[in-house]
Amino acid sequence: MVRGIAFLVGAAFAAVLAWALFWTVQGLIADPPAPTAEEEFHLHPRAANLASDGIMGKFDKQQLQRGFQVYKEVCSACHSLRFVAFRDLEGIGYSEGQVKAIATSYENIPTINADTGEPGVRKGTPADRFPMPFANDVAARAANGGAIPPDLSYITRARHGGADYVYSLVGHGYRPQPAKLLKEFPDLKTPDGKYYNPFYANLNIAMPPPLTSEGQVQYADGTKPTVDHMARDVAALLTWTADPQLETRHQYGFFSVLFLLIASGLAFGAYRNIWRDVKH
Amino acid sequence: MSFPWAKNYEPKAPLMRWLDEKLPMPRLVYNAIGAGYPVPRNLNYFWNFGVLAGAALVIQIVTGIVLAMHFHSSAASAFDSVNGTIMRDVNSGWFLRYAHANGASMFFIVVYTHIFRGLYYGSYKAPREMVWLLGVVIFLLMMATAFMGYVLPWGQMSFWGAQVITGFFSAIPVVGESIRVWLLGGYAPDDATLNRFFSLHYLLPFVIAGVIILHIWALHIPGSNNPTGVDVKGEQDTVPFHPYYTAKDGFGLGIFMAIFAVLVFYFPDYLGHPDNYIPANPLATPAHIVPEWYFWPFYAILRAFTSDFLLPAKLWGVLAMFGSILLLFFLPWLDSSPIRSNNYRPKARIAFWVLVADVLVLGYCGGSPAEPIYIILSQICAAYYFLHFLVILPLIARSERPRPLPNSITEAVLGEHAGTSPAKTALA
Repeated sequence: MVRGIAFLVGAAFAAVLAWALFWTVQGLIADPPAPTAEEEFHLHPRAANLASDGIMGKFDKQQLQRGFQVYKEVCSACHSLRFVAFRDLEGIGYSEGQVKAIATSYENIPTINADTGEPGVRKGTPADRFPMPFANDVAARAANGGAIPPDLSYITRARHGGADYVYSLVGHGYRPQPAKLLKEFPDLKTPDGKYYNPFYANLNIAMPPPLTSEGQVQYADGTKPTVDHMARDVAALLTWTADPQLETRHQYGFFSVLFLLIASGLAFGAYRNIWRDVKH
Repeated sequence: MSFPWAKNYEPKAPLMRWLDEKLPMPRLVYNAIGAGYPVPRNLNYFWNFGVLAGAALVIQIVTGIVLAMHFHSSAASAFDSVNGTIMRDVNSGWFLRYAHANGASMFFIVVYTHIFRGLYYGSYKAPREMVWLLGVVIFLLMMATAFMGYVLPWGQMSFWGAQVITGFFSAIPVVGESIRVWLLGGYAPDDATLNRFFSLHYLLPFVIAGVIILHIWALHIPGSNNPTGVDVKGEQDTVPFHPYYTAKDGFGLGIFMAIFAVLVFYFPDYLGHPDNYIPANPLATPAHIVPEWYFWPFYAILRAFTSDFLLPAKLWGVLAMFGSILLLFFLPWLDSSPIRSNNYRPKARIAFWVLVADVLVLGYCGGSPAEPIYIILSQICAAYYFLHFLVILPLIARSERPRPLPNSITEAVLGEHAGTSPAKTALA
């Protein structure tokens, strides 16, 4: 009885799947999917080769500080970093005093006037998080041609390709639309207000090229500020903002795995010892 | 308990004697996972996975309880409480969060291995049907718990996953849409959804723990199966669970924890999806909505139904997806062979390995974008999945000539002429 019903149910599902398979194949033959511009022109990100890559990776704090300079002078005009507090910057090698100086250099932290109750602004303190560049999403959208500049705190973990993606997108992505693309897809000319960038999922990004020329940022440590360098440094910074415990994590990992392997070895010895007279 | 030669609990310390008289808790433990439970001596490493699943549940409950102390179940602040407070401000909060997220994956890896071990060695067959049925109940509860847990961080995949999964119910004719709205507490996932999912996500693990107790209880009546599938004939076939299998499980647990630690400390995002680091946005649908990896085979079955056939394609997909799990409840009565272990069933063994490959391909397709090639593969593999359980397994025994079974476990272990030297003498 159970087997009879099962046989019917199995046959029904298999038949419906065969029917669906027939129509899928039929549709594929009748109307083969045309290649899309994304398939043909989208590029996989180039490797940023950061010091933090790999299981032994550690941050290059000098590089993170340069990346912070790029964020502060370029990206922060439009992009927030809302999960990061000024005090966190001690993690990239700034002293307490330097952090205080950086915090007070921000004079637009929203506050309520203690006497009048009026909304206003004040100077930053180390406990504050980075201020938002726009009052709200509507303002952000209005100022950026309809696209909200995403918060960058987790950007390297919120995109396929991570730091490599950020590095490629801002460092090597902006270029004229290839003639081949326009020839094959004449309708897909990059619209006004958008920029061609083959590392971006749909090839046309709303963000204007942020890093345009060598020397756009004057590095305090004297590193030559090429576009490639600036892109790599900011990608390194954003790897840190998204994963500030990376070094602790790797360190804990080393000792945990070592301990567990030794413990497993001992447990294996105990197991063999207990079972030594029992064939199994 | 299971066998007449099972050791009896004899408390030695006065305190334990006193306790045993008032509340025989030590006796219960002794008979469940101590020396009082005789277990076949020939279990291989696949029998470690039951204990590992228990360990995984404990890890989930412990990390989950602490995470819940810091979590906000509100659509406005859930994402920030996870990615801001827990990941950055709570001491070692990042560790708890990674351990909990990857712990769910480890739980499923272990449970899938446990299920396939049961399928290969026929552990679902008489007299262990109830063990299997309770196991399927645990599996269903785990899936519900994992799904609701993935919604809690309120990232893009959380939100859209909730949207898609609750959308299944709208495939039910007439009342479907009302049921969906009732389940969500609104027309789309929002505060009401998040709060009830949090509540249930906290509740269900304890229900799972309860069903696990029943699962182990039901197991202890016939005793454990073994790789030969042959019944235990006498004392020489078994060893006491403690210290023999506690020692072996200790080793297994060490390896499990080492792999878990590699995942947590070196690849915490490997099994996750980048989109869940983007806050939920009801106005922006992700390019590809995919569930967590452990749902991929079932997701592939759902998406394989692309054409209407008397019923709408979506309803077929939902029926098939739920059916693919519910059919496991009937498995003990579908397989007509009295032989348990596939070691002695040449044809069923081939069908088993085809099923393993089939489920892996389904998983791969379920995690891939809905492109024609993956849809076609899903359709073929989903058909095999149903045919395997509902047609092949019931029929295959008729045309199969099983290999000769050993007379006993001891004979299988020691070879043909071993009946004269029982393990008992070796144990003494």
